[in-house]
Amino acid sequence: MRVFVEGIGLRGPGLDGWQASAGVLAGSQSYHAAPLVVPPAPLLPANERRRAVMSVRLALAVGVEALANAGRDALDVASVFTSSSADGETINEILRALATVEREISPTRFHNSVHNAPSGYWSIATQSQEPSTSLCAFDASFAAGILDAAVQAAVDRRPILLAAYDIPYLPPLAAVRPLTATFAAAFVLVPERTARTIARLDIALDHRRGSETTVMDDAGLEALRTGAPAARSLPLLAAIARGGADTVVLDGTTGDRLVVSLSAEECR
Amino acid sequence: MLSRFCIVTCLGAGQQETLKAIRDGTSGLRSCAFGDVDIPTFIGEVDGTAEFTPTGELAHFDCRNNRLAGMALVQDGFEEAVAVARERYGAHRIGLFLGTSTSGILDAEIAYRARDPVGGALPAWFDYAHTQNTYSLADFLAHRLGLSGPAVVVSSACSSSAKVFATASRMIEAGMCDAAIVGGTDSLCLTTLYGFRSLGLTATTPCRPFDVARDGISIGEGASFVLLERRRDYRGGDAVALLGFGESSDAYHMSSPHPEGRGARLAMERALTTSGLAPSEIDYINLHGTATKVGDAAEDQAVFTLFGGDTRCSSTKGQTGHTLGAAGAIETVISALGILHGIAPGTTSMATVDPEFRSRYLSAPEPSRLDRTMTNSFGFGGSNCTLVLGRAS
Repeated sequence: MRVFVEGIGLRGPGLDGWQASAGVLAGSQSYHAAPLVVPPAPLLPANERRRAVMSVRLALAVGVEALANAGRDALDVASVFTSSSADGETINEILRALATVEREISPTRFHNSVHNAPSGYWSIATQSQEPSTSLCAFDASFAAGILDAAVQAAVDRRPILLAAYDIPYLPPLAAVRPLTATFAAAFVLVPERTARTIARLDIALDHRRGSETTVMDDAGLEALRTGAPAARSLPLLAAIARGGADTVVLDGTTGDRLVVSLSAEECR
Repeated sequence: MLSRFCIVTCLGAGQQETLKAIRDGTSGLRSCAFGDVDIPTFIGEVDGTAEFTPTGELAHFDCRNNRLAGMALVQDGFEEAVAVARERYGAHRIGLFLGTSTSGILDAEIAYRARDPVGGALPAWFDYAHTQNTYSLADFLAHRLGLSGPAVVVSSACSSSAKVFATASRMIEAGMCDAAIVGGTDSLCLTTLYGFRSLGLTATTPCRPFDVARDGISIGEGASFVLLERRRDYRGGDAVALLGFGESSDAYHMSSPHPEGRGARLAMERALTTSGLAPSEIDYINLHGTATKVGDAAEDQAVFTLFGGDTRCSSTKGQTGHTLGAAGAIETVISALGILHGIAPGTTSMATVDPEFRSRYLSAPEPSRLDRTMTNSFGFGGSNCTLVLGRAS
């Protein structure tokens, strides 16, 4: 299955946007895990922006960046959001409240607790009425997300925004689900080569698991890759940043592997 | 093709018990006595889930959500049909695309009450990955059914298990798998009961969709799964086909629908387009119809502007309750039963239709040949999905 990448958005510790991070990802600059700054949710009306939780801010930030880099209008773009969990802070607050005698939870907190909160805020922010889905596949959430997004682009012949994001849980859930990093990456995938495509991806499933999972050479980036399911996208981001032909292998859901063969596009 | 399907709700386990309740117009809702929940409301609780506790190598998946899923799998010859399909296609060529909103969060709620009084740690029995995590449902089914094709959970609140039909259709069309297990499971928990109460949306009586006196939802639970195959691969069984689907976003509000049903209408229009059908060719619409003031009003407008007042409509949520993330699959199967057995379900507990409404609501079930049906599922975040089913000839 063949799709093309038009634009990328990126937020992680020491990775402040796609353009600013391309050198680090390509290996020409060294990586420093500086603290992550997540901007207030772009585009949202003031009252919604105030209520937007971290996972929403993160997903919207990379989504807006990827679309801008692709030169696409969200009104025409369907979306796939993927994450290993719903907003961890919100879930923790609700679970704590439900363990009290009063069991009072706020309506805003309740609607922010759904797994598809970023997708909902995205459509409110961009006014896009195009289809949007919200996926979870535990540690393989990124692989499941790019597979679904690529299938949608290839089958429906339309541009798709994929946004993968994860934030760590707070205690006590952090002890049973230890994510160590906040990370988000977004890709605009299209079915045909355009003037803006930066990479061609050929995606295949390898159910025989004959291929080795691609890891990061840099120890800091490798720690980041394993620290958040969304950061399993780093080897793909690095291959796109390097340019040229390459193969990236991602761990899939039921033990299969997702093999992504890349070729750089002329317009780079 | 929906080659085989199974269903569990408060109406009963399996197609026969479900069909009987649909024909009789009975409700499975009862006054809430779930755990120590103290909300004056009615719920659609499934009895006898303990019998379906995962054991042996699957014991770590045990939670109410997966018990419900396990209870559904043994109904209607579903597991056997999957085993046949696995032999035919290969385990890695059958995908799993499942919807849930609650997953096993009830376990996390119980675990938080049992936190260590000193350090605050969760109890050792709590298994986050296999219960609370949203992916748990697909992981459980993959192991239980011995499947290794692409697997993912869609969690878009109350449209989750409708959207998986679209996801699976595209995956099959793209050649990523030959067949798919689609469907969903949602289970009663404090998060949804107290969450909907915080929004003032829990009804004090069994919910009354489209009634002038409707005052909110009755939360239900259940599970339903479908073996989805290409039409050319179909070799008998329950002869209903997925004719089309439409997905849209409201782009309006996180927990309130667009007042004129803008996104709902768009989902229905897109479903008609992909089905190649005109509105007049739909024989029956199973509405989202949760019995909230604004939700029902928005859906009425959307349906009326698109279909006029002739197409028969009903909401089965007065019978099953609102099964949230499982509602799409459950109501798709109820629509499929309507096609196979010639019955348009009624809107149980609707006494007086809201005089503002203009669509054609069935209060009682109506025996009738149905060739093409539509099912609406709308969720928080303005996530809408409409499916169109048809008699496979």
